[in-house]
Amino acid sequence: MNPTLESLIITVLLSALPLVFILVYALVTLYLEMKVAAHIQDRVAYMRTGWHGVLQPFADILKLLQKEDTIPAAADRFLFILAPYIVFVGTYAAFAIIPFTDAYIGSNIHLGVFFLIGVSSLVVIGILMGGWASNNKWSIFGAIRSAAQMISYEIPTALAVLIVVMITGSLNLQEITKFQDGGIQNWILFGGPLPLLTKLLLLPFTLLTFLILFTASLAEVNRTPFDLPEAESELVQGFNTEYSGMRFAMFYLAEYANMFVVSAVAVALFLGGWSSPFGEFMSGPVWGAFWLIGKAMVFIFLQIWIRWTLPRLRVDQLMYTSWKVLMPFLFVCLFAVGLILVLTV
Amino acid sequence: MTESRVLPTNYVTKPEDLKTSSGRTLRTDEMIINMGPQHPSTHGVLRLEIVVDGEIIVDVIPHIGYLHRCFEKHAEHMTNYQQVIPYVDRMDYVSSMNNDLGYALAVERMLKIEVPERVEYIRVIMAELQRIASHLIAVGTFGIDSGAFTPFLYAFRDREFILDLFEMTCGARLLYNYVWVGGVSHDLPPTFIDKAKEFCKYFKPRLVDFNNLLTFNEIFVKRNAKVGVLPREVAINYACSGPMLRASGVDWDLRRDDPYSVYHKLEWDVVVGKGEVGTAGDCWDRHIVRMREMEQSVRIIEQALDAIPEGNVQAAIPKRIRPDHSEVYVRTETPRGELGFYVVSDGTASPYRVKARAPAFVNLSVLPEISRGAMLADLVLIVGSVDIVLGEVDR
Repeated sequence: MNPTLESLIITVLLSALPLVFILVYALVTLYLEMKVAAHIQDRVAYMRTGWHGVLQPFADILKLLQKEDTIPAAADRFLFILAPYIVFVGTYAAFAIIPFTDAYIGSNIHLGVFFLIGVSSLVVIGILMGGWASNNKWSIFGAIRSAAQMISYEIPTALAVLIVVMITGSLNLQEITKFQDGGIQNWILFGGPLPLLTKLLLLPFTLLTFLILFTASLAEVNRTPFDLPEAESELVQGFNTEYSGMRFAMFYLAEYANMFVVSAVAVALFLGGWSSPFGEFMSGPVWGAFWLIGKAMVFIFLQIWIRWTLPRLRVDQLMYTSWKVLMPFLFVCLFAVGLILVLTV
Repeated sequence: MTESRVLPTNYVTKPEDLKTSSGRTLRTDEMIINMGPQHPSTHGVLRLEIVVDGEIIVDVIPHIGYLHRCFEKHAEHMTNYQQVIPYVDRMDYVSSMNNDLGYALAVERMLKIEVPERVEYIRVIMAELQRIASHLIAVGTFGIDSGAFTPFLYAFRDREFILDLFEMTCGARLLYNYVWVGGVSHDLPPTFIDKAKEFCKYFKPRLVDFNNLLTFNEIFVKRNAKVGVLPREVAINYACSGPMLRASGVDWDLRRDDPYSVYHKLEWDVVVGKGEVGTAGDCWDRHIVRMREMEQSVRIIEQALDAIPEGNVQAAIPKRIRPDHSEVYVRTETPRGELGFYVVSDGTASPYRVKARAPAFVNLSVLPEISRGAMLADLVLIVGSVDIVLGEVDR
């Protein structure tokens, strides 16, 4: 076989790998979300489709697949159809730089995190497009809120990432993860594998940065308490009000995939990514995937937990939180971390 | 009146205050959006025509009538005064017991009959249980309006116990037709008193939980404090009643101030909004007034359960009720406020006129006044805090 063709096939197959993962993960998380929500709310959720309703996500997807695909008469057809795919592409592209194990990363580029911040902005365009094309006032409200929100919260995210980059000296998530390899004590959350004094000095700032990153990531994926773009009680469904069937499912899938992206990135940045918390024990390529996905799932559980507990912020409070609470703290962290690194390392 | 127009805009810069260098304001065109009747948080089939400037509300025009069922005309065509009661049930369908009670009291006052004391106690117990059930819906859906879904299901879980109590008493879970003219349809079942006491014991800690989960949640307080402020004077001018009025700091409760049944024999307090986290009369006050009223209702129920005497559950009334030429207006305190029945009799067996003064309708009328200047997200909270039931607004 032609070696170019061969490598092309391998590339295509490898790049389709995350897609398989997303589909499986989405099914699991759909189920998890409903079950966790139900138990938080003192109910049992679905019990009839299979054992404890495990087949319900399949049924849901099947239903969405066979639903009539409606496009509002006044909608901008081209943009309306395009929007969900742009949202999904933006999310899917981010999977390229997530180091699942030390052996597998979609694209080991040096500007990994930078790339991530870039492509995740695509999602905003898709949402804005969907809301605008729907030609529905509620959708436009949702879309514009969403754009404002995601742009505001990308800055805290970028700053938080910058702090990690300062500590590790790399933008490549694989490198950042390797930097933290060797056990729980080496996680950047606890100051990273640096001399003890530096570690202790860094500790409060890395913890704070992590908290801020987690908060900002909730806003980036439109989850409670920052779920304003699709605030059900106010905007019906926000930007995806007019969507149905598979297009709606695409938005949904992108949202769930995005939840994983922000969790996995937070894990890779602060919690050692694929590296085992026990040093050499339970480490290796396969265990690596287990650790990354496992740690990320913990954060997805946290997101679900928060979603079903907290009320929602108002638009101005959301902006206030980003610009006047998170950012000043991050600048303090940024300055302090820089100072500590210069003085002690 | 101008007071209310200077609204909680402390968090926004008014568009007309922003000027370009050439002196032109940055005010843009207003947009009219339509909220409802199928919108998820209009609590039924209310349609709101909202004029917005960005996210800020310039005006709100409620359009009602989607649930109009000609209650008053139907009542005139009944062949018996008792037959109106099922219709009364369907007015405010989440507090049927209170509606029944109001109508029954009106007809009884017309007939000048006294009901046995046991009936009075049963009625008070039922009315207060119903008040808890209704307030649970109000605070639960208010939680949804503010984005928290879980408290709603907690509220419904607890309401279920009350509905079970109603079901064991009269067989129905929503529309009871229980309080009749001259008495009640069934006596309490033997286990009712124990079950009701058990419920009171179960329910008190649940209220604390609910407060911890939602009422004092930082985000919830931030969202609701100083939002939709209904000043004392405006509340009185618009004839608001119930928790709406009390949250604005007016100490007025018909159970105490125009006593009926046996409320005067029981010990309880009227809850008034004090503006603990913001201004008196804001959305949070309306919420906390409902929460605390539930506590008071539990107090009333506990006392009534202990004091309930034995006896008949139906007074001796004529088989066909034919009041003399007369008219009567009786008002009672339902979970939503003053429910008044104006009944006119022409001496025949069917009422000549039954006019209901629905508290939800009156409370809704103040909505435009308190929502101007708020943000779109606040409007949902304001509508939720008014606690309307469209069945009663439209009748």
